[in-house]
Amino acid sequence: MLSVKNLQVSYGKITALHGITFNIQKGEIVCIIGANGAGKTTTLRAISQLVKADAGSEIIYDGKNLVDYPADKIVSELGISHVPEGRHIFGNLTVQENLTLSAFARKDRDAVAKDMEWVFSIFPRLKERQWQKAETLSGGEQQMLAVGRAFISGRNIMLLDEPSMGLAPLLMMDMFAALKKINEEGTTILLVEQNARLALKFAQRGYVLESGQIVLEGPSADLLANPDVKKAYLGG
Amino acid sequence: MVSFFQNLVNALQWGSFYALIALGYSMVYGILMLFNFAHGDIFMVGAYIGFFVATGLLALTVSGSIALPGWLVLLLTIIIAMALNSIVGMLVERIGYRPLRDAPRASAAITGLMIGIILETGNLALLGAQRLSFPPLIATETYNIAGVNVTNKKIMIVGVALFLMLVLHLFITKTKWGMAMRAMAYDFAIIPLMGVPINLIAALTFGLGSALAAAAGILYGVAYPILDPYMGILIGWKAFVAAILGGRGSILGAAFAGFLLGFIEIFTATIFPSTFRDLIAYSIILIILTFRPHGLFGEAYSARLRL
Repeated sequence: MLSVKNLQVSYGKITALHGITFNIQKGEIVCIIGANGAGKTTTLRAISQLVKADAGSEIIYDGKNLVDYPADKIVSELGISHVPEGRHIFGNLTVQENLTLSAFARKDRDAVAKDMEWVFSIFPRLKERQWQKAETLSGGEQQMLAVGRAFISGRNIMLLDEPSMGLAPLLMMDMFAALKKINEEGTTILLVEQNARLALKFAQRGYVLESGQIVLEGPSADLLANPDVKKAYLGG
Repeated sequence: MVSFFQNLVNALQWGSFYALIALGYSMVYGILMLFNFAHGDIFMVGAYIGFFVATGLLALTVSGSIALPGWLVLLLTIIIAMALNSIVGMLVERIGYRPLRDAPRASAAITGLMIGIILETGNLALLGAQRLSFPPLIATETYNIAGVNVTNKKIMIVGVALFLMLVLHLFITKTKWGMAMRAMAYDFAIIPLMGVPINLIAALTFGLGSALAAAAGILYGVAYPILDPYMGILIGWKAFVAAILGGRGSILGAAFAGFLLGFIEIFTATIFPSTFRDLIAYSIILIILTFRPHGLFGEAYSARLRL
């Protein structure tokens, strides 16, 4: 469904990704784990066209090379949404306005209304805070809003950048239960996480990214059992 | 007391010009972090477009093709000139600023100054050095209200300005485009992830600001019917001061400070000789900014989240 081949991204003279290759099948949950600075965020930003990949990189979705699309069309035409690291909710807008804005390019009003109801059903806290300014939300609620917004903006694939960051353990469990529901609705998930144990328990397959290169890949169970992964990412 | 109200009426009229122009500066800064220094000249272009639209409509009326009363010609002139000037603003954004979106802000500021000079000298080259006189579309009527002289033109100018500000406010708070503008002012980088094209919102912002500047230009032409290519410079800088005084990027602040500027100018002139007016008025503003460097409605931080 999404096939990334030889993805290379450079910031000036510094190369962040050294030609990585991976793929995701429809309906899957796939994770990329790695340390801070390994290139996880850059990978997602390259798919979303927030950063431009170097020449020769291929990001193919349904036979289309994403490199040819502007960032907004990746979301509105191809349905690939992105929950950015650090949430980036619009604090000066209300919760409802944040959700409404995420449907900016959608013409199917009835379906949008249904999607909003669904978002409120998996995140009842957002419904309670519907008319509040988003900057008044707690960190966990802001993460819910960021995920809800992404779900409405496009739901073929959801790219998730560190959704566990800054969440208390209980909230984290709730968040991943909600993400599971989103996946069951038919949304393919690509998850990027520093919390490797959490990510591998949630995903079916995983890739290990180190210094801009994929060093290991396989089913989550295999990676969880892998001695190198255990040592480097799971605390021994 | 009578002279106070007399001055108040004049202050409201000047405040209307400043506020309408200041809104354009503030919206563009809020959304693109860019001071559009060509904005005063976009006001000038708007006044000229208004001149040609009004003259054209009057010619049609005289030739008997259509018979329109003066107020309707004025109304049509405002609407048509606003639409045309918004295209001018969008072209300025597309040609002048978009290629510099990721360039240092100083480059964009210098580009703005150059675009301004091009608009002024382009006008000079095209239309020559003679001044144009804005056609008198409505006859002046003076009402005496408890000793205060109010003209129908002044009422119209303040009324149209307030109406346009109300429309802008509704647009920004109630529509999805306004929502996108507010969101973009808060967090520029993440806008495309909502499926919103950044270029569309940038163009829209320039278009709205330029439309308001055109309205200001025509209202100015109604009050002071002499147009010349450099008419936008001083009033543009003053409106820029109003935008800063209101707080960079604050729409409410720009409107409020535009009127405040009108008041300070007019009331300074009642106390001091008129040659001292700007010197003292802008010294007052300098003092205000010393104590409130972020402006009256500005936020204490200027660097928004921008990746």
